[in-house]
Amino acid sequence: MHPFTLERPRDLPAALAFGAQAGRNDAPAEYIAGGTDMVQLLQEYVRRPDRLISLAGLLDNRVEIGPQGLRLGAAATMADVAAHPRIIEQFPVISEALLNSASPQVRNQATMGGNLLQRTRCPYFRDVGYAACNKRAPGSGCAAVGGENRWHAVLGTSEHCIAANPSDLAVALVALGASVEVRRAGGDRTVPLAEFHRLPGDAPHLETVLEPGEVITAITVPASPMARRSHYLKVRDRASFEFAVVSAAVALDMDGGTIRQARVALGGVGTKPWRVPRVEAALAGGGLDPAALRRAAALAADGAQGRGHNDFKIELMQRAIVRAVEIAGARA
Amino acid sequence: MSSDEITRREVLVLTAATGGLLAGGQLMWGPVSPAAAQDAASTPTPLEVMLRINGKEHRLTLDPRTTLLDAVREHLHLTGSKKGCGLGQCGACTVLMDGKRVKSCLSLAALMEGREITTIEGLAQGEVLHPLQAAFIERDAFQCGYCTSGQIMAGVACINEGHAGSPEEIREWMSGNLCRCGAYDHIVAAIQDAAAAPSATQGG
Ligand SMILES: Cc1cc2nc3c(=O)[nH]c(=O)nc-3n(C[C@H](O)[C@H](O)[C@H](O)COP(=O)(O)OP(=O)(O)OC[C@H]3O[C@@H](n4cnc5c(N)ncnc54)[C@H](O)[C@@H]3O)c2cc1C
Ligand code: SF4
Ligand code: FES
Ligand code: FES
Repeated sequence: MHPFTLERPRDLPAALAFGAQAGRNDAPAEYIAGGTDMVQLLQEYVRRPDRLISLAGLLDNRVEIGPQGLRLGAAATMADVAAHPRIIEQFPVISEALLNSASPQVRNQATMGGNLLQRTRCPYFRDVGYAACNKRAPGSGCAAVGGENRWHAVLGTSEHCIAANPSDLAVALVALGASVEVRRAGGDRTVPLAEFHRLPGDAPHLETVLEPGEVITAITVPASPMARRSHYLKVRDRASFEFAVVSAAVALDMDGGTIRQARVALGGVGTKPWRVPRVEAALAGGGLDPAALRRAAALAADGAQGRGHNDFKIELMQRAIVRAVEIAGARA
Repeated sequence: MSSDEITRREVLVLTAATGGLLAGGQLMWGPVSPAAAQDAASTPTPLEVMLRINGKEHRLTLDPRTTLLDAVREHLHLTGSKKGCGLGQCGACTVLMDGKRVKSCLSLAALMEGREITTIEGLAQGEVLHPLQAAFIERDAFQCGYCTSGQIMAGVACINEGHAGSPEEIREWMSGNLCRCGAYDHIVAAIQDAAAAPSATQGG
């Protein structure tokens, strides 16, 4: 690891004063929460901050469910959120997304805030042996376009970066219309999760809308009866302990055999957690018959662009939507 | 007894109890970073860190970059916990933190103050092995032994969490621990045995 000063501030205002910023490789100061992504990036010299600011003990780790909906403290662990009985009952898509992420050990360590800010698994980003990576070194090019890109995104890409966002949790949350609560020295703001991550465009090194000194304090999910009838389907290269090749989060409001309303988001295929409103609109008012589901799912491919090795994802993501809707629709 | 008189069974006991045979640690997949040498020149200010390991307090002066795994292995010489990948991917470094399994290679030691850490060395009660350690020997649940202390620590947690109900459940909840020798069938059997033993949830 590159040498850094480790700050262990006594309270949150002291932590904010360092002006740390997540999701930017050139930030001189960065936070560390559970450390499960940060320590990897430090070990591999992908991140070389001068200062690391520990958030340990400074942020809320509670899970609260009320009439307004769900509130996840930023320090709540993946394991605690996944195992929460009322999340399993009322927001199964969240629990399922988490239980299909990482390993039991990592889930005991990793936090909600860190999960939303984990960096891409693009192998070129994580290997400093490759010079070309616009996300790691702005202006250096992109080794994945024209390289090994089986794992990369097909939606929201640019010629400058095609890295997929790796978070399973974020896919489930964006389907449910979640928001991110952010604190800085001057006050608080709330950002819809759908607007929290940036598209790569011509500046893939800027990953989120967070400003220096801002931390995530909580994630909120509005109450919705749809969340009960929800499912997370993850397709991966081995049965467990692997990132998504493709995933689909689905929530349904059913009236007998008819879909009144649907929420659908995709993982493994977008440069950010990817909600598909056109698919949702096409599902609404229809039934669960496979032909209708396939027609609706086909709209997800709108604007999709494969780069060779990842072309198969365009078809696979449509099938994942169909399967996830069928499973959610069959839920009581 | 001279060392050439050590039987395979005694070797297995030693491995299950302490992970002790491969104390050198980096025999298998030890990562070597070319950049590591460069950075030795600019050592950051050391930190005073109080760690609680296996019920004992240790005051250490550590480079902030020291992981919990390196602190227990290199500073406290508890070499049972192994470094496989150093990146959270293999589980060889699994320890318990406040009773929960974690990957010690992904934690900075200086952020573990106030936590109760249990390593493989803290599992046995004196000479009495934890039921899962005993089951690993009984079931011959290892070959080279490198992954074993991590498997046992993760297995103890898996049982305590109530995730050892069936072989399928055990496989899913032990998926964070890789075994390069492929001893999985015996590992699953050992965890099933220990989960069924009356005192399985003791220790750790
Ligand atoms: C072996 C392995 C397998 C994995 N598999 C999966 C998987 O299948 N699916 C999946 O979704 N994820 C997976 N992950 C990623 C894992 O979910 C993340 O590493 C984890 O969620 C990060 O949380 P953390 O608290 O450890 O964050 P840290 O590593 O501490 O921090 C990550 C980033 O977030 C920033 N940060 C943390 N908290 C805050 C905050 N409150 N405010 C502002 N910035 C903050 C840090 O500055 C840093 O930039 C895997 C990880 C490992 C190690
Ligand atoms: S896809 Fe993005 S992260 Fe991967 S090499 Fe290209 S610029 Fe870097
Ligand atoms: S050494 Fe491989 S997970 Fe920690
Ligand atoms: S026994 Fe050799 S790696 Fe598991």
